[in-house]
Amino acid sequence: MAVLAQAEAGEIAARLRNLALDSALPAHQDLRAPENGLVMLRGRIGGDGAPFNLGEATVSRAAVRLASGEVGFGYTLGRDGDKARLIALCDALVQSRDYGGAVERGVIAPLREQLMIRRKQAAAETAATKVDFYTMVRGEG
Amino acid sequence: MYVAVKGGERAIENAHRLLAHKRRGDQGVPEVTLDQISEQLGLAVDRVMSEGSLYDRELAALAIKQARGDLIEAIFLVRAFRATLPRFGASEPVDTGAMRVQRRVSSTFKDIPGGQILGPTFDYTHRLLDPSLAEGFVPDAPATAEAPTAPTPRVTDILGRDGLIEPSPRAEDGAPVGDLTREPLNFPADRDLRLQNLARGDEGFLLAMGYSTQRGYGRNHPFAGEIRFGEVEVEFIAEDAGFAVPLGSIELTECQMVNQFKGSATEAPCFTRGYGLAFGQSERKTMSMALVDRALRARELGEEALAPAQDEEFVMSHSDNVQATGFVEHLKLPHYVDFQSELGLLRKLRQEFADANAPNAMKEAAE
Repeated sequence: MAVLAQAEAGEIAARLRNLALDSALPAHQDLRAPENGLVMLRGRIGGDGAPFNLGEATVSRAAVRLASGEVGFGYTLGRDGDKARLIALCDALVQSRDYGGAVERGVIAPLREQLMIRRKQAAAETAATKVDFYTMVRGEG
Repeated sequence: MYVAVKGGERAIENAHRLLAHKRRGDQGVPEVTLDQISEQLGLAVDRVMSEGSLYDRELAALAIKQARGDLIEAIFLVRAFRATLPRFGASEPVDTGAMRVQRRVSSTFKDIPGGQILGPTFDYTHRLLDPSLAEGFVPDAPATAEAPTAPTPRVTDILGRDGLIEPSPRAEDGAPVGDLTREPLNFPADRDLRLQNLARGDEGFLLAMGYSTQRGYGRNHPFAGEIRFGEVEVEFIAEDAGFAVPLGSIELTECQMVNQFKGSATEAPCFTRGYGLAFGQSERKTMSMALVDRALRARELGEEALAPAQDEEFVMSHSDNVQATGFVEHLKLPHYVDFQSELGLLRKLRQEFADANAPNAMKEAAE
């Protein structure tokens, strides 16, 4: 689910649509219609000590139930209710025997790969700004 | 008798219409988009998120646009917006040690594990205006290098291993965390509340307070042990799901100040710490915050608290720019009745003064 929270709603939707071309997605209903709210983000004093409240973030959430009974929950930073619902749907599908593998292969794995490529590129750009210290040899003797 | 005065409605409506027109500016110039603000004025967005105390880049960009670039007005808008949403709960504390670092420097050790990583910084620029930015500037692609796989531990963790620096204060699991958005502020305030207050405090105010400690008003000999900026994951224990769900990642800046010693007959001397944490890339803010956090620990550390930055009631009561601007700017709203009563009083005092001095004046004239 960490991968889905990092993806755009459109990317998740497009991959689910591709999946539905092979085998229609099961019927599902909203258990909780998408809803926007806030989560108080916490840090730790000194980075590793007691928690404190840093400030809030907008969060969208939804819950979906498949006709076969599986319940999925979707949470994501931001105010995109459609994305929360898509995450909830994926969460439910992943638990279903019929669709779990297909969603993992067709939706989550490619999105994970994209995310890793983006992160790898960012890490490489950051690494180029690392300081290489060297010592000047004095021209003595 | 209370007399309601009306009559400003049309003027107000037309003033807001004029404001909307002025905000748009010359309509021959393309309108700025939220994406442009978020992408190209990113540090303004970071500041509005930090001091608006709401992590949402798009909303912060909208607020900046609506406020015509007045960041305190934008912060005010964001604070007002947050009051319209329900709170689902609090996140698990973020782990800044596991940050995907985009910048990380230490002024205390040259060779820290993970290295000195400059990232996107204004440091070492010459602060000369660059005319090439005036139009059509296309930057070179960033350089790349093999990314290290070794972790980048916090400098304070390294010092802590040898006991050279005080450990961070601990709390029991599930102990309540102070929240000044829910309960009114009482003094003395614990460090969790102080840090929450400073995290949303005005950057300019904290900068001045931090600067004052360096200039001798509450001196505490700081070193920037470490400043790091990057992405951390956020997790939230969702009650309906019954487990921790990932919400995504946010950008944070963290500053660890290392300050001079404490110790006693029973405790070996060690460095003390000040801590700063804020949304986005907010380096000046977190450095100032860490200086002030350390100054506010004066009483806890048995130091004489004589300087403004060491006075928690002073600092915490004046750090919030929305509160401050509300009280300062309310002075321009109609105070006609207040002023009439002052005017009446002044006239009376002047009459009394005139009456008291009139016989003297006549006497002097007679002499």
